Amino acid sequence: MSEAATTGGFLTIGLSHYLTVSAILFTLGIFGIFLNRKNLIVIMMSIELMLLAVNINFVAFSSFLGDLVGQVFTMLVLTVAAAEAAIGLAIVVVFYRSRRSIEVEDINQMKG
Amino acid sequence: MIIASLAFYLFSFMAIVGALNVIFQRNPVHSVLWLIFTFFNAAALFVLLGAEFVAMILVVVYVGAVAVLFLFVVMMLDINVVVLREGFLKYLPAGALVGVILLVELAIVFGGWTMAPDAESLRLVPTPNPSDVANTQALGQVLYTKYAYLFEASGLVLLVAMIGAIVLTMRTRTGVRKQKISEQVGRDAKETVVMVQVQSGKGLS
Repeated sequence: MSEAATTGGFLTIGLSHYLTVSAILFTLGIFGIFLNRKNLIVIMMSIELMLLAVNINFVAFSSFLGDLVGQVFTMLVLTVAAAEAAIGLAIVVVFYRSRRSIEVEDINQMKG
Repeated sequence: MIIASLAFYLFSFMAIVGALNVIFQRNPVHSVLWLIFTFFNAAALFVLLGAEFVAMILVVVYVGAVAVLFLFVVMMLDINVVVLREGFLKYLPAGALVGVILLVELAIVFGGWTMAPDAESLRLVPTPNPSDVANTQALGQVLYTKYAYLFEASGLVLLVAMIGAIVLTMRTRTGVRKQKISEQVGRDAKETVVMVQVQSGKGLS
């Protein structure tokens, strides 16, 4: 793999461009978790954003290295993300039924 | 080549704008719609990378299933939008600090990172030439042979998620007059009919 393909310039898109995009998306996901402490659903959306950033990393490396395993693993991450969303939203629904709110501060019933 | 580069900048810019809107939107419904927007742009980025199948799966699974699930739950819960924004500014400095630290760390990692010299020879499944074998076909040839166990394990993960979601949200509601066919059919005359000797002038108490 040549150096140009890794770094790239302004008009030749290299691996580092994609890594930058995914790093920004991941940071925005973390930022969203800190910001939306009152809304559990937006926190879960932020987690989805972080998983998307991870997927962009996987696919970018897979494409620039010429290795298909990255894309196989991306599908695995997608599966786990879908399962996580289903279970997480079910927990949110159950929690809302009992407490009539989805604030993070209210979730302390399991505290010992 | 130049069109692909400009398309990359367009789609990545749109994805980041969408992600910002997911975080900063006041209404959770709008957040979900921006999330869908972000996923579409990420799928376009995947297409630019030559991973068409994963791009289409991203659209189908995320936009078709996960985002719609989010939308259902957001609309099902009756949440006060104004209350949700309280404390937004309180957490802004801490969140910004952590975000900036993480971004700097990622920049350091990616800035000092180089490809290993023998990375080319260490590839597990080298991508075949796209003009010979399409991306979807190449993925299928790997996924169903070499990674069949992983494929089935992901199926099991989905099964567990499905059972878990059903078990979590299922409840027996009280105060609802629901027919229970088995109990109705299983009724027995010996248990339900009682013969009472009514004395004259007293009646049943």
